[in-house]
Amino acid sequence: MNTGFYIAQQVINAISLGSLYALVAIGLSMVFGILRMTNFAHGDMMMVGAFGTLVLGWLGLPFGLAFLGGIAIGAIAGVIVERTAYRPVRGSADVTLLLTSLAVTYILENLGILVFSSSPRNFPIPDWMNEALQFYDGQITFTQINVATIVLTAVSLGFLGWFVTRTDAGLGMRAAAEDLGAAQLVGLDVNKLIIVAFAIASGFAGLAGILWAAQSGIVEPDMGFTPLLKAFVAAIIGGFGSIAGALLGGYILGALEVFIVAFLPSEVSPYRDAIVFALLIAFLLFRPNGLLNRTQEVKL
Amino acid sequence: MSRAAAFVATIVAVAVVAGLVAILPQLVNDYIVRVVIVMCISGVLVASMGLGNGFTGVFSLGHVGFVAVGAYVSGILSLSQAAKHSYLPDLPGWLSGITLPFLPATIVAGLVCVVLALVVGAPLMRLSGYFVSVATLGFLIIVNVVLINAVDFTRGARTFTGVPLETTLRWAAGWLVVTVIVLARVVYSPTGRRYLSVREDVIAARAVGIKVLPARLSAFTLGAFFAGVGGSLYGHYLGSFSPASFYMAYTFALISMLVIGGMQSISGALVGVVVVTVLSEVLRNLERGLDFGAFAIPPLYGASQIVLGIIFILIMIFRPSGIMGDREFGLGRFVKRKRA
Amino acid sequence: MPRLAPPLAPGEETILSVDGLKVNYGAVAAIRGISLDVKAGEVVALLGANGAGKSTMLRTISGLIRPRAGAISFADERIDRLPPARIVRLGIAHSPEGRRVFGSLSVAENLRLGAAARPDRSTMEADREGVYALFPRLRERMGQAAGTLSGGEQQMLALGRALMAKPKLLLLDEPSLGLAPLVIVSIFKTLAELKAQGVTMLLVEQNITTALGLADRAYVLRTGEIALSGAASELRANYEEVAAAYLGARG
Repeated sequence: MNTGFYIAQQVINAISLGSLYALVAIGLSMVFGILRMTNFAHGDMMMVGAFGTLVLGWLGLPFGLAFLGGIAIGAIAGVIVERTAYRPVRGSADVTLLLTSLAVTYILENLGILVFSSSPRNFPIPDWMNEALQFYDGQITFTQINVATIVLTAVSLGFLGWFVTRTDAGLGMRAAAEDLGAAQLVGLDVNKLIIVAFAIASGFAGLAGILWAAQSGIVEPDMGFTPLLKAFVAAIIGGFGSIAGALLGGYILGALEVFIVAFLPSEVSPYRDAIVFALLIAFLLFRPNGLLNRTQEVKL
Repeated sequence: MSRAAAFVATIVAVAVVAGLVAILPQLVNDYIVRVVIVMCISGVLVASMGLGNGFTGVFSLGHVGFVAVGAYVSGILSLSQAAKHSYLPDLPGWLSGITLPFLPATIVAGLVCVVLALVVGAPLMRLSGYFVSVATLGFLIIVNVVLINAVDFTRGARTFTGVPLETTLRWAAGWLVVTVIVLARVVYSPTGRRYLSVREDVIAARAVGIKVLPARLSAFTLGAFFAGVGGSLYGHYLGSFSPASFYMAYTFALISMLVIGGMQSISGALVGVVVVTVLSEVLRNLERGLDFGAFAIPPLYGASQIVLGIIFILIMIFRPSGIMGDREFGLGRFVKRKRA
Repeated sequence: MPRLAPPLAPGEETILSVDGLKVNYGAVAAIRGISLDVKAGEVVALLGANGAGKSTMLRTISGLIRPRAGAISFADERIDRLPPARIVRLGIAHSPEGRRVFGSLSVAENLRLGAAARPDRSTMEADREGVYALFPRLRERMGQAAGTLSGGEQQMLALGRALMAKPKLLLLDEPSLGLAPLVIVSIFKTLAELKAQGVTMLLVEQNITTALGLADRAYVLRTGEIALSGAASELRANYEEVAAAYLGARG
């Protein structure tokens, strides 16, 4: 096989995986930016979104509508979690926020087990999504799901870019992320902004979850946990709290994972996740503000 | 309270525990004895987790990583020659040749964790707030990945089995007493006061000359020792386990005990262990479903965890310092008066 | 120059009244029973040393801090239990101590956010032009991130942001803080223009002379209580008395 094509193929895979990480990491960073909260339950919105699509499909909705419905269900779930669990502890110590979100994860995953059982379920997708597009006599191949992932991520990012630069709510969110007190003083309704932030963050996670399930073919209650941890890594590499940083970190991480498997000796591949988290720890120690974020206190 | 009186109190407490351990198996059935053994092991793990997470305020999510290392290290050391040949044929010669009794295997497991904690903690204990939590979670994940891939030593993701079932009530209770005495002596000593001042205000602690990193690192390391010990106890209680036994679910179970009981006192850790264990046992029995003849409740897998999660969140909202807060009772209170 | 705030005839109409206000930070009393009022069209100065409770007073009026006792009324409405966003909506804009502009947002975006709470946004562009007319430097830098501005320019932006709310009452917390003397002169010249347009202001300042040069009346606070109050002209004439009240806590 031609080396150039092999590399091109891996780049496409990296963009596809990086897109998913970016979608999840952006939401983590948005919420962290405003509330200084490491939201462990964010990954579960992937699971909620994917199950949402699955159930809407069972109910007879066409895939496109079930897909959109899953995103909406993810967004609504995020808002419900904020309203019921996070708002009462808002402003508490870092540890309290973190532990509350950990408890929410625990509840949601077990709720998933209670309703859908802990064994994976098939995630049916329309046949066309599994079609492979082949170029150069099959030397570069990607499925329609890869295309859909990349395109839908690009569309979502375009929407987010428009939202945070062109709308009052988006500007308000950036203002609140920078200085919550000053944002209150100019009359921004912080509660509303936080709800909007959770809706967008969770909707994005829901989208990522549906795409993840479509790629792997299955949904299961704890499907969001590993991607969440990866999204933490992506967000921290980029600069925790920065939306652009999360985006960058997501694609860097996607590339790193794909390239570890593609270009390093096969004995290294099983240690991929260990390498990723070692990178996280290295970033925390040597570049704790990430690549793009402004300075903040992370060390003693 | 004088040193002598504290000593007497300690002796009395130890005697009471010893007496209970001696008569308990005669009083109650096996199931309850097993629950009590698990509580003692959890007590070792949760109290040692509270040392770093509660007293120095560095909330580590990596404690279970040390528990896993402890379980595997002592498991490998105490596996019989026959078991080693059949389950771990590729073990390096120097390891396959030895079989240690329970106590030395447990102590070696703890010491391995001490070394690991020094290596891992030296950089990580410099981080603050949520960053240390995320980084220690990274440590847990790395441990998990390594256990899964170090097939020659661990059988990978498959069940590691053949560990002698040596964790009796005496061993578990004995180690719990040792853990509590050691932790109490550390916490209610000048070292412990340094921990507290590091937790309350890093800058102020520095200003009065307390070195923050050594304080945090020593708590992290001592906690890791008992995590390794507890891991060994748990491994020798279960007999067989896999890397998945020591991952997020177990992490959350231990954290919920610590948080619900109150992470700023040793008593809180123990109260949390009892409350959460009893609650989980009761809920788990309900979860399997009830059958009242005509009226049957189907099994609701996951329901007990949901209830536990909700209790956890309610504690966070209404009583973020847990049931005990920073109060102690019994032995701890005597020691604390000495401090005041 | 376009009008930035609705004109209010200076007169006897009390727009803000604070009655028996007490504020605590934990166990520490920051304000121990202060009553004061501001009439429409007036500029009132709050003077006092560090820790006298001046900023706490403004932050309590804005709803960032809940008082322990007492009442705050604005245009005959009780506001002491309202959230900050509602208070801005009623017409109180607060230019905070240390300016607190949104550093990563552009000058134009900062100004746009200043109008976020206004029900009527139709004249927002015109109002932004009004702010640019008042501070031509901001127009030059409208696309620039606010964090890259000089201290004086950030203060202009903080003022402009507050004016974008079309406030009936402007709370100014130490607009001179950390600025070069010439810049302070220019800021206070602008404040005088605003006063001439009829903007009502409650001004916190450490710089007595500058503040009394602008204000109609002043209150001198000392450790959470009013030590002295009166017309600015009288206080200017009795500078020593003001200084004594001001420094009383230390003497």
